[in-house]
Amino acid sequence: MSLYSEKVMDHFRNPRNVGVIENPDGVGEVGNAKCGDIMKMYIKVKDGVIEDVKFETFGCGSAIASSSMATEMIKGKPIAEALQLTNKAVTEALDGLPAYKLHCSVLAEQAVQAAIRDYYEKNHIPYDEAMFPACSHCAHEHEDGGEE
Amino acid sequence: MRVYADHAATTKMRASALKAYTDAANEFYGNPSSLHSEGQRAKEVLEDCRARIAALLGANANEIVFTSGGSEADNQALLSAAKWGALKGKKRIVSTAIEHHAVLHTLKKLEKEGYEVVLLPVGADGIVKVADAENAIDDNTCLVSVMLANNEIGTIQPVEEISKICLAKKVPFHTDAVQAVGHMPVNVQALGCDYLALSAHKFGGPRGVGALYARRGAPLYPLIEGGAQEKGKRAGTENLPAIVAMTVALEEAIAELPEVTKRVSAMRDRLIEGLEKVPHCALNGDRVHRLAGNVSFCFEGVEGESLLLYLDDMGVSASSGSACTSGSLDPSHVLLAIGRVHDVAHGSLRLTLDGTNTMEEVEYLLSAVPAVVEKVRSFSPVWRDLQEGKRSFIL
Ligand SMILES: Cc1ncc(COP(=O)(O)O)c(C=O)c1O
Ligand SMILES: [Zn+2]
Repeated sequence: MSLYSEKVMDHFRNPRNVGVIENPDGVGEVGNAKCGDIMKMYIKVKDGVIEDVKFETFGCGSAIASSSMATEMIKGKPIAEALQLTNKAVTEALDGLPAYKLHCSVLAEQAVQAAIRDYYEKNHIPYDEAMFPACSHCAHEHEDGGEE
Repeated sequence: MRVYADHAATTKMRASALKAYTDAANEFYGNPSSLHSEGQRAKEVLEDCRARIAALLGANANEIVFTSGGSEADNQALLSAAKWGALKGKKRIVSTAIEHHAVLHTLKKLEKEGYEVVLLPVGADGIVKVADAENAIDDNTCLVSVMLANNEIGTIQPVEEISKICLAKKVPFHTDAVQAVGHMPVNVQALGCDYLALSAHKFGGPRGVGALYARRGAPLYPLIEGGAQEKGKRAGTENLPAIVAMTVALEEAIAELPEVTKRVSAMRDRLIEGLEKVPHCALNGDRVHRLAGNVSFCFEGVEGESLLLYLDDMGVSASSGSACTSGSLDPSHVLLAIGRVHDVAHGSLRLTLDGTNTMEEVEYLLSAVPAVVEKVRSFSPVWRDLQEGKRSFIL
């Protein structure tokens, strides 16, 4: 199907870092089943670096590929750097996504942030609330789509 | 192996229809409105097709208008009856929650223009209740529109019963028979409808061509203004090769209907039986009152688009009513109408078979679909929560 780039299809077909981490240092879950995409991200942190990351996703091709790409982009990176990961960077690394699929990839950025926030909370590490903007995934209006 | 199991979306053209198409394009290139021999030959062929389509439906030739397909036919029926209704001071339209967008969006437009639109609910079986229709029709009602068979879940609606009520109350009745024609017996006299929409590409004809049956005397206004083609009901030089191909396709579909229905419904039942063994899934729509080729399921803990993409990789063409496949955020209105909650409706899969499918393909589907569901579940956080009891199963 040419809805997605080769890069997206590669990550969709062979998702990297898929699965769970037992006793993770941080877990983040974003999205909801009503909207059709849920992403769960697990991280293992050592000396301020994301040593390991795994994900589970309930969602479309765009959601699965974005999760996979996001994990690749933050694995081995210092937390401060991982926090800078944007939806735009994930999308670009995937050679783009159809416009109406962008909302699915926003979840990847939010899942990473949620996992890091959980890590901060668990370890009583103080953080700046402003670094974690509220989830806006489901703020948009629901509408009818096409049909054959 | 590639298995095309999306025949409700569209079908491959029948060889006979394709040949008829090219032959007609070659031989009958005259414009049916022209006076010369080529034109008159084309006109004869056009009228021959009209008579043949009419005969297949139990109609008269002058009750058939050729259109660009099902959407146009639906639009013309609804807008004509609505316009007539307004002239009579009647502006209430009764339809169902599970209609195709060709009907629903036209009704939405009419609603904006001041019509009162009532969409009847369906039960969990995906079938409208006749009593609900009866209660909804009042003196102000100018049209009732109920589809004959649903495109997503394949359920067959009690159109004959509802049309009888309409006849008694003298309210025009339209049926969108796009999914039914060529796939089950359809006769406008038996159905008792005033309008009926059909589309060629659903039964092995070309896309972009269809027909509207409008009972003699039923209000009918053109959507497209221009020349006097189709007795002034549809302007534009007729798409003769497509009309010829549609006619040939429908004749063939109806001739083979008894044999094909038997074979296809056996494949459908085998597929349903096999897929029901997948844990936590459910068939959408009534098991008995359904199109011979329709299989529609919801699988809990999975999302439909990922199912479709992995299935495509395995050679299977299917469709889904999940939000992510439609470009909207809401899953199919049909699945919501039968009471599937969002979480579950996102995990829908529609497999639609026709006479070109084989039992061998069904066996392949029965290995591919459960495998893909299992794969998608293996990394679904929703499935994990269900397994760990953090979320309760709905199916
Ligand atoms: C029930 C129903 N009505 C109307 C249509 C529209 O027909 P067409 O694609 O020919 O415009 C379709 C499918 O396309 C359909 O399934
Ligand atoms: Zn999505």
